[in-house]
Amino acid sequence: MSEKPSHIVIIGAGHAGGTAAALLRQYDFQGPITLIGEEPIPPYQRPPLSKAWLKGEADADSLALKPLEFYAENGIDFRPNVQVTAIDRQAKGLTLSDGGSLSYDIAILATGARPIRLPIPGADLDGVLELRTAADAEALKAALGPGKTVAVVGGGYIGLEAAASARSLGANVIILEREARILARVACETLSTFFQTYHEARGVQFELGASATGFAGKDGKVTGVTLADGRTLACDLVLVGVGVAPNEELAKAAGLECARGVVVNLEARTSDPSIFAIGDVAQRPMPIYENRMFRMESVPNALEQAKQAACAITGRPAPAGETPWQWSDQYDLKLQIAGYPFDADQILVRGDPTSNKFAIFHLKGDQLQSVEAINSPPEFMMGRQLIGNRKPVNASRLADTSISMKEVAA
Amino acid sequence: MAKITYIEHNGAEHVLDVKTGLTVMEGAVKNNVPGIDADCGGACACATCHVYVDDAWLAKTGDKSAMEESMLDFAENVEPNSRLACQIKMTDALDGLVVRLPESQH
Ligand SMILES: Cc1cc2nc3c(=O)[nH]c(=O)nc-3n(C[C@H](O)[C@H](O)[C@H](O)COP(=O)(O)OP(=O)(O)OC[C@H]3O[C@@H](n4cnc5c(N)ncnc54)[C@H](O)[C@@H]3O)c2cc1C
Ligand code: FES
Repeated sequence: MSEKPSHIVIIGAGHAGGTAAALLRQYDFQGPITLIGEEPIPPYQRPPLSKAWLKGEADADSLALKPLEFYAENGIDFRPNVQVTAIDRQAKGLTLSDGGSLSYDIAILATGARPIRLPIPGADLDGVLELRTAADAEALKAALGPGKTVAVVGGGYIGLEAAASARSLGANVIILEREARILARVACETLSTFFQTYHEARGVQFELGASATGFAGKDGKVTGVTLADGRTLACDLVLVGVGVAPNEELAKAAGLECARGVVVNLEARTSDPSIFAIGDVAQRPMPIYENRMFRMESVPNALEQAKQAACAITGRPAPAGETPWQWSDQYDLKLQIAGYPFDADQILVRGDPTSNKFAIFHLKGDQLQSVEAINSPPEFMMGRQLIGNRKPVNASRLADTSISMKEVAA
Repeated sequence: MAKITYIEHNGAEHVLDVKTGLTVMEGAVKNNVPGIDADCGGACACATCHVYVDDAWLAKTGDKSAMEESMLDFAENVEPNSRLACQIKMTDALDGLVVRLPESQH
């Protein structure tokens, strides 16, 4: 038996880091835990920032993972407003932005990801916003309002959610997408078309194949977006949502193996056995897809990896390989996605998209790789099960809505 | 504030004062009560906040939405008194609520 580690330091107090701290206590880890975060507030949920919170349907209290007192009450030394600036793996020490330093026995990297900034003129104008943190969301909410026009650069899920919320606040919305369709990197054409049509019916304008080449401004404030075709679209604010990059610099500088994310094993351990990496920053194996390596950006992934690390540290059996999933809320639509369409060779639609209730299945041979379900919990729940248990699926039965999902999965 | 008693599958009881307006799920998660995973944070998208509402309280917790009904239909070990805890908001009328937690949420 190895000795109990005496001090765990969690770097990054986001969804993954905060969850790991709480789980370590739930699993009876007795040693000291330090949780360091550069944001001013304790760990919180980001999904509502583009959804319920932005629309004013959730308050700050409900965003927090745990109330502030939780950390002190559970012997977790939570240090906000502090950044870890270097890891010395030989000495097992961390350098902090406040001039301090800290030693660790085990470190957990949970630094997340940050929005990619567009390298174009005007990107630093007032009113050019991004959406990752609670502070970003406050700024966005303050700038939105009836009659305001927001240009959303990037037609991904966060941009679409923000667009839906902005419409419900009475703002005008233009979505600019460089590709020929929205959601081009993450969804199939049927789903892209469906979402575009749904948003258009609610007053959102789309510019597809539109590259933003600059932001126009007056007195330091943004007034429009300039496109590659020479046009300038007037707006009061811009939300840039063109994807995120993992915060892996700290790990790279410390010589940990990185490959578009910090590379970890099934225990969430990095190439240094004393350091774990979890959440958006981690490049991890996915058990249900033959341990293929992937970097996910989702809450269920952050929770799963927090669990993996906490189990490995406390000597519990590792959690069974999970079926990854995520969700998105736009207007009255609930999208639930399970799995990823790796190597899929067949796409089939169950139900009728015009009814706003349907599911898209991605198959590789007779195996279900992923499902995207719109307002269709049975398709999501049963699809998720089929993806997880790798049972062969009969495609024609799957597409036949007269056969219930329970029967299809039986 | 309203009192909720959470009873884990192993019988462990947690009696907590929960702010009215928060959900039964939030009351458990914010106090680190094990047994409610709440992967989606209350979006009614995951069914990992499944609880059994004590029969005496069932009527007071109100009706299930179609979405909740449908998600519950596919959860494990569902009983007539099953609910998704994120869909029950605490009110003064629910002061004293008792809920039991299933063996597992997955
Ligand atoms: C608007 C929005 C909507 C989303 N919607 C969904 C959704 O519907 N469903 C879903 O599954 N996922 C959604 N996500 C993604 C989800 O929020 C992320 O996957 C999740 O937050 C990842 O957790 P994390 O802890 O890895 O990273 P984060 O939550 O980003 O936490 C990382 C933290 O580390 C801090 N940090 C970084 N470097 C350092 C350092 N050197 N020192 C100290 N602190 C540091 C950061 O400031 C940050 O606070 C959404 C994200 C956003 C922004
Ligand atoms: S928390 Fe996900 S359904 Fe209740």
